[in-house]
Amino acid sequence: MRDFYGITLDSPLMLGTAQYPSPAILQAAFRASGAGVATVSLRREGGQGQAFWSLIRDLGVRVLPNTAGCHSAREAVTTARMAREVFETNWIKLEVIGHADTLQPDPFGLLEAAETLAAEGFEVFPYTTEDQVLAGRLLDAGCKVLMPWGAPIGSGLGLNNRYGLRMLRAAFPDVPMVIDAGIGLPSHAAEALEMGFDAVLLNTAVAQAGDPEAMARAFGLAVQAGALARAADPMEPREMAAPSTPLIGKAWL
Amino acid sequence: MRIEVNGTARDIAATTLADALAELGWAEARVATALNGEFVPSSARPSQALRDGDRLEVLAPMQGG
Repeated sequence: MRDFYGITLDSPLMLGTAQYPSPAILQAAFRASGAGVATVSLRREGGQGQAFWSLIRDLGVRVLPNTAGCHSAREAVTTARMAREVFETNWIKLEVIGHADTLQPDPFGLLEAAETLAAEGFEVFPYTTEDQVLAGRLLDAGCKVLMPWGAPIGSGLGLNNRYGLRMLRAAFPDVPMVIDAGIGLPSHAAEALEMGFDAVLLNTAVAQAGDPEAMARAFGLAVQAGALARAADPMEPREMAAPSTPLIGKAWL
Repeated sequence: MRIEVNGTARDIAATTLADALAELGWAEARVATALNGEFVPSSARPSQALRDGDRLEVLAPMQGG
């Protein structure tokens, strides 16, 4: 497992905390998944916040606050400052949304917010596209982790642009990268790890499954399999067939 | 004075942000505050004066992805 701002995680799975049928199912899903990171957010206190915080603390996992729903750098920076105080962590999953339908990041607002937050000592996990130029600028801004999307948030489509993701992985081989958003199935998560990504972050695929606890366990196993396969150095695919059974010694029949 | 708290108009007697949070029942709550769109750290709440018409946001931990 790679280093995320000085932290080595036991599991390459980061799990969201939204949309579960109940708090008990959320807790069961986390226990089944083995995830070591929970994403959380900030919203207007309406009487539920303190109980939720107690539940998250009981999970015993590291929290990664997000700036979900922010559409400008200014809004995201203010949210991040508030999150740092409430959650007592410098980690921030930086989202600056640029498009209402795709929830695609606004690259310009994202970079502006990342520059501000990195200068203030935040450890930024930028939710970004697979764009290499933007990735380079985010690294220059002080980000030490990248979170390229697999597909639009909540879509469950998997890895939409495998070519772009492979190019991004190859361009910055030493940068820890988390595939965030769009993961729908454990096979998508395994594929991300097999491609060399260091972790995946997902929420809806578990929370909205018919059996969230079982799906969480499936994702936990999938990321383990993917990481193990990557470490085992997968074979290179080829266009033509190659016999796996030796021809030498074949009978003359 | 009348201020807006999380989008709702409230009449409060407090004149500082710290006193307002206590008056609103959030003295011990784990919350973050923003006044008129600007983050106010907890350490600055006792000295942060409120004015009629101010817009206060009080945010708390919530589920997120």
